[in-house]
Amino acid sequence: MPVSDFQVVLGLEVHAQLLTRSKIFCACSTAFGAAPNTQVCPVCLGLPGALPALNAQVLELAVRAGLALGCEIRAKSVFARKNYFYPDLPKGYQISQYELPICVGGGVEIAVDGATRSIRLTRIHMEEDAGKNVHDVTAAGSGVDLNRAGVPLLEIVSEPDLRSIDEAIAYLKTLRAILMTLGVNDGNLQEGSFRCDANVSVMRKGATELGTRCELKNMNSFRFLRQAIDFEVRRQVELIEAGGKVQQETRLFDPDRGETRSMRSKEEAHDYRYFPEPDLPPVLVDEALVERVRRALPELPRARSARYQRALGLSAYDAELLVADKAVAEFFDATLAAYGSSPEAAKRAANWLNGDLARLANELGQEPAAWRITPAQLAEILRLQDAQTIGGPGAKQVVEEVFRTGAAPAEVVRVKGLAQVSDEGAIEAAVDRVIAASAAEVERYRGGNTKLLGFFVGQVMKEMRGKGNPAVVNALLKKKLGE
Amino acid sequence: MSAPSTELTTLSLADASALLAGRGASSRELVAAALDRIAATDGRIGAFLRTTPERARAAAEAADARAAKGARRSPLDGVPIALKDIFLTKGVETTCASRILEGFVPPYDATVVERLEQAGAVVVGKLNMDEFAMGSSNENSAFKPCHNPYDLARTPGGSSGGSAAAVAARQVYGTLGTDTGGSIRLPAAFCGAVGVKPTYGRVSRYGVIAFASSLDQVGPLGRTVRDAALLLQAIAGHDPRDLTSSTRPVDDYLAGLEGGARGLRIGVPREWLAGGLAPGVERAVREALARYERLGATLVDVSLPHSRYGIAAYYLIAPAEASSNLARYDGVRFGLRAGEARGLKEMYSETRERGFGAEPKRRIMLGTYALSAGYYDAYYLRAQKVRTLVRRDFDEAFRACDVVAGPVAPTVAFRLGEKTADPLQMYLADVFTITANLAALPGLSVPCGLERESGMPVGLQLVGRPFDEATLLRAARALEREAGPLPAPEV
Repeated sequence: MPVSDFQVVLGLEVHAQLLTRSKIFCACSTAFGAAPNTQVCPVCLGLPGALPALNAQVLELAVRAGLALGCEIRAKSVFARKNYFYPDLPKGYQISQYELPICVGGGVEIAVDGATRSIRLTRIHMEEDAGKNVHDVTAAGSGVDLNRAGVPLLEIVSEPDLRSIDEAIAYLKTLRAILMTLGVNDGNLQEGSFRCDANVSVMRKGATELGTRCELKNMNSFRFLRQAIDFEVRRQVELIEAGGKVQQETRLFDPDRGETRSMRSKEEAHDYRYFPEPDLPPVLVDEALVERVRRALPELPRARSARYQRALGLSAYDAELLVADKAVAEFFDATLAAYGSSPEAAKRAANWLNGDLARLANELGQEPAAWRITPAQLAEILRLQDAQTIGGPGAKQVVEEVFRTGAAPAEVVRVKGLAQVSDEGAIEAAVDRVIAASAAEVERYRGGNTKLLGFFVGQVMKEMRGKGNPAVVNALLKKKLGE
Repeated sequence: MSAPSTELTTLSLADASALLAGRGASSRELVAAALDRIAATDGRIGAFLRTTPERARAAAEAADARAAKGARRSPLDGVPIALKDIFLTKGVETTCASRILEGFVPPYDATVVERLEQAGAVVVGKLNMDEFAMGSSNENSAFKPCHNPYDLARTPGGSSGGSAAAVAARQVYGTLGTDTGGSIRLPAAFCGAVGVKPTYGRVSRYGVIAFASSLDQVGPLGRTVRDAALLLQAIAGHDPRDLTSSTRPVDDYLAGLEGGARGLRIGVPREWLAGGLAPGVERAVREALARYERLGATLVDVSLPHSRYGIAAYYLIAPAEASSNLARYDGVRFGLRAGEARGLKEMYSETRERGFGAEPKRRIMLGTYALSAGYYDAYYLRAQKVRTLVRRDFDEAFRACDVVAGPVAPTVAFRLGEKTADPLQMYLADVFTITANLAALPGLSVPCGLERESGMPVGLQLVGRPFDEATLLRAARALEREAGPLPAPEV
């Protein structure tokens, strides 16, 4: 039996780092990339006697995420200790939430192949991150960097509602966009501020009982996630086909080999000995806080996409691409604000953002926050086109140059000599040269093959190194060829 | 002119403070007298794990400078005190009497240490205790036993044994201890000192090495009720670094201290005097109750039916929390590290094998078991329910009375070595004190005489309503005034 006879069942656990300046239980900075163990204090080092004090901003961001995802916000939630030994875990326990998490229920609407589905959430809870073991830094052995210890995380757990890898990816991208829009998370997979574990099982199509699941860890890109799940599904199907049974276990994805490997079996699984954290009183959320957070919720990607389609006439495709990244959508809005909003303007701005800008950003590996080009500059480029100062090909060059250097668009046009030629005399001379050099084509055109107009336009543009005003070129060609 | 140093050490904290205020003595003289007394007596007592003479002298000079300008910060300004070695002291080794923390020099001060030093108190050293505050005799100290100043063959009680012995032996004017199941009140009773375990949340635990977080509370030990009240006044109050500390305003513990016992309703739990007490202890406790009646208080019969489950519940909750609290002693970041060359697991197990004594190991095992999957509900959760019931008993009792009174311990101080072979017998020393911790209530031990047979001090325990330390102190002071001071031990 092939894989296609099996139904894939996926549930995802996302760890999203909260965008707070300080850690969850102390005042240390959460900034990424500092020298090892420079952002630490007695609390996040787990020194004797140190006690946690909850950062109020963490609670507020958790409530914000919960409201945006339609969760029930618990009036009383409880921190718990998850006990295990590891060098990157300074206290020998992680402060997390267990029986009473801050948010329960809720869901994420995803769109795959034009169909929308709602993926249910089990829960969202607050917890602290661990540090990082660092190997090969000293001859003496491994080290531990505790800068990340105590960085606040939300763990967002889905029900096993996802039925394909595409759905899993769509879920993650949608969730990521929502969290970024909320200002809850920066969506950075590489730096690990948006991480995902996957629970994977398979069952024969038509079966009602879920198969035994394996938990996959260590996928720090959408590509790796796809590879890992794909490998794991095949492994499980092959195992079942060979008469074997899937064993519940935790498996680690190896990006170099593109495969998952057993990390620990169910028998070896930790007994975390959870119990309520006695150093922290229960977390109380009153109605006033919930209302305050609710009123301040920003427009979410789904609503924004709907607005782009309804008010600006964008296609669903264009709209979804724009809202997938909050910064891109904001760039788009700012461009329209600077240029003027109309369906035509929206389409043009969307084309630039989803086309050339997305390509350049990808090539240069730049997040929108790092872009040199500004919405005002894109609006100016649109206006330069409107004024026929530059044509389409010229505009592409201006966009690329501004993207790379941040130079003023008008200046780029001037320095690179990209200004369009609208002067009838110059264009007429080029048209005449092309007509003189293409006797056969002229003959066929005049014989009724008017589709050849495109050929003549191309030749004139080539003659003018792309700078001829297309409208003038067209008009003159038609006039001269008609003579 | 200054009094001779031998006389200085016999003063109470309050009298020493008055002497300082009147410029009858300097802080330098008090500190020198204390250090001399420690040097002369501690070889026999073993109350101190280390002294900090240079720091103490420097602090004393600063205190004298303030006094000279008439700018004393508080009644504690310039007064020599000492701290159980469970309180983190910046730059001064803090071991919790454990090998695993040998050489650990904290980078910060506990909140209570900050507050005492802010008030001008002069810390002269760190005091012996049971390792990680686990024990009732101070015999679990990894470094040395501590002896009872009233009889060197006997224990000072534990776990704050050094804190009680140092006060009783007139080495310092007051000390801080911690009380998780009786660790202030028991040694105070055994050594004839006054010891207060405040309401859970009244004093910050920040910078106090945790044993059982939901039970641990910091409190003072002094020679007199007033001394204990002065110390408590300086350390009580909310600390934003300890979210379990209460934001409730702190009462003035001195204002009503001499208010007497007239009209006070004293609840006597019938379960606490129902037998099992050493005859001399029972006699002293009953005499104290009779004194209260003579002072105009009313004795009320009350019942604490669930207190009999206290020990069982305590020995699930405290070890469970301890097993987690002691996980950080793993050899990775501070303190002892052993076996590192052979890999992570060996490093962990050898560090903890060598670093922890028998009692912490026993409790880590008990606690780990109690929290394990499949046992949690039957043990930890059930013990928490007992806790609720114990608290309800007290709530019910306090409808009929203002304070509850009874023995601190079933016996006077026992002999060193007498109970070390039988941990259960040792645990039973806390049978009367544990309930106040489980119920998060304030408890106090005040001397109520000497046992006739042994000549050892007996303590009366008073337990009060939440945050009603003021009434406890007033009641204790009434008895102290009536009964007079215990004779000082001859050390």
